[in-house]
Amino acid sequence: MKPVLSVSQLTMDFGGLRAIDHIDLEVRAGEIVALIGPNGAGKTTFFNCITGIYTPTGGDMLLAAPGEGGPVRLNGLKPNKVTENGMARTFQNIRLFPNMTVLENVMIGRHCRLHSGIPGAIFRPPANRREEKQIVEDSYRMLEKIGLTGYVNEFAKNLPYGAQRRLEIARALATEPFILLLDEPAAGMNAQETKELDELIVRIREQEKVSILLIEHDMKLVMSLSDRIYVVDYGKRIAEGAPEAIKNDPAVIKAYLGEDIDA
Amino acid sequence: MMTFQEIKKSFLAAIWFMFLTFPIMVIKVNTIEKTIEWHWWRMAAVGLGAFGLSFLWRYLIRRKEAGKRKAEVGGEDKQTLVQRLLSNPRFYLPGLIATAVMVVAFPFVFSLYQTNIMITALIYVVVGLGLNIVVGLAGLLDLGYVAFYAVGAYSYALLNVHFGVSFWMALPIGAALAFLFGILLGFPVLRLRGDYLAIVTLGFGEIIRLVLENWNEFSFGPSGIANIPKPGLFGIDLNLQQSTTFIYFLMIALALMTIFVVRRLQDSRIGRAWIALREDEVACQAMGIDKTRTKLSAFALGATWAGMGGVVFAAKTTFINPTSFTIWESIIILCVVVLGGMGSIVGVIIGAMILILLPEYLRAFSEYRMLIFGVILVLMMVFRPGGIISDVRRTYKFEGLGNKTENKSQ
Repeated sequence: MKPVLSVSQLTMDFGGLRAIDHIDLEVRAGEIVALIGPNGAGKTTFFNCITGIYTPTGGDMLLAAPGEGGPVRLNGLKPNKVTENGMARTFQNIRLFPNMTVLENVMIGRHCRLHSGIPGAIFRPPANRREEKQIVEDSYRMLEKIGLTGYVNEFAKNLPYGAQRRLEIARALATEPFILLLDEPAAGMNAQETKELDELIVRIREQEKVSILLIEHDMKLVMSLSDRIYVVDYGKRIAEGAPEAIKNDPAVIKAYLGEDIDA
Repeated sequence: MMTFQEIKKSFLAAIWFMFLTFPIMVIKVNTIEKTIEWHWWRMAAVGLGAFGLSFLWRYLIRRKEAGKRKAEVGGEDKQTLVQRLLSNPRFYLPGLIATAVMVVAFPFVFSLYQTNIMITALIYVVVGLGLNIVVGLAGLLDLGYVAFYAVGAYSYALLNVHFGVSFWMALPIGAALAFLFGILLGFPVLRLRGDYLAIVTLGFGEIIRLVLENWNEFSFGPSGIANIPKPGLFGIDLNLQQSTTFIYFLMIALALMTIFVVRRLQDSRIGRAWIALREDEVACQAMGIDKTRTKLSAFALGATWAGMGGVVFAAKTTFINPTSFTIWESIIILCVVVLGGMGSIVGVIIGAMILILLPEYLRAFSEYRMLIFGVILVLMMVFRPGGIISDVRRTYKFEGLGNKTENKSQ
């Protein structure tokens, strides 16, 4: 199957430090792929590179919408262009807009799919009113899907932690991506919340027809969700394959899972 | 509750204040008779005053802390009395009518002097609302905002001197030039935020002022430009009283237009992008918002209002020189926004009224005027850091699945 995201030989240097060392990675349509590795292995840096927050030192990043024309090269694109091209992300340390309501947070996600400008905002012609109404409705539907309608008019900062994590996913989905990057979505969640998240991610993939690339430390979640897993350590890719194969890979055990593989 | 600890604290505060004010309050040198008069009773007054006030101070701080805790536990933001009044339709409509009557009657009831002060306050309302876009909504701290005000004022004055351009022509030209300068300033500061941005904008403001002060051939230097015509009304000759009244109503109209536009902007796609930029720049970009365009539009639109305010200012005073456009002006406008409540339109209007009218009416206290002004600013920031009226976000009501009816805005 055609890959939606293919990264080849990606390298990122911070001064003398090589944070990412020639990593290859591929995500195909409808796949859930996990990127794991010990703390400081370069996973978040990898996300920041492909979403345009950092400009990588070397390598190629290609994004191709499923069923459409040629791929878009992501090198040098600004973060907002990457999002416009169909790749959205969440953040490891929640980055919502704390003093905006939950609905407005999702409405921001709709921003890049719409076009009304300053004159439209001031004079509010019918087209603009329709668009505005549409944004509110679409955003509300998105909150319904994620199960956050109870909080619609709350400030994002007043939400419980788990709900904030889900709101970040809702906001990312509102940009209509075909690939979603989740940076440690289960961080700080209890067992029950993690289980709900697991179901949510599977449901999103089915309903929204998105591929998912996720960074996660919760091995139970990673093993149950992922179709394939990439393992990085010290910026290098040390393994790639199905969950079962990764579990038994000696290099991975040595680098990451430790001696006890029952984790 | 007065415990021993509290009394001890207040006692120490009293001693400290007596010590601090000793040289200026107690010792008085009589230079004619070459003697020193000792006003010991003043020291006692300071001591007693500090002792009493320190109790009041702690009581107020405690009350504020308790209020904050309550808000956190309850999870709901407490609305102030003013906000409740504003959102209650029973008070809203009569209040609006009363305000409108007052606004219309003002120049006919009060003296020329009062009307002039009110015009100044209205200019600050317009300019403050403009800065509110930059600081309150987009979160970009701009300390050189007065530069755009100067651009507006000088574009009218210079165009009039050289080409005889009328006020009505100059108003859009001044606005457009300020818009351009906004973009001009916007480009170099795109990468900056917070303190760095503040310093660069401060420098920009000073550059404009220094250019106006030193480039004699262009701006007539420190001697300024005099005899700038007041705005005309279809060629009718107006006496001083009439023309002041005319400018007053002109400013009312301009202020209403500003309120209308800013209000619509803040509830639009652009307005939301500005707020998102203020809240989290990285997340904002990652959600597909073009940071460059958003920042530039905030700077340029904010500057436009300052430009218009500047044109009216030049027409009102009929004389401008660079001393009207010092950093102090920028600070006052910034205070209007911060004191009134960042992002809140009503807040900025009230802030402008207080900050401009208060020093005028405090003239009775002459030399204590700025002291009282300063004390009010400090107290406001300690007890109401969000401003007089904090921003309320628009809420929506949904009935059933996806059938939405809009509820209310701010």
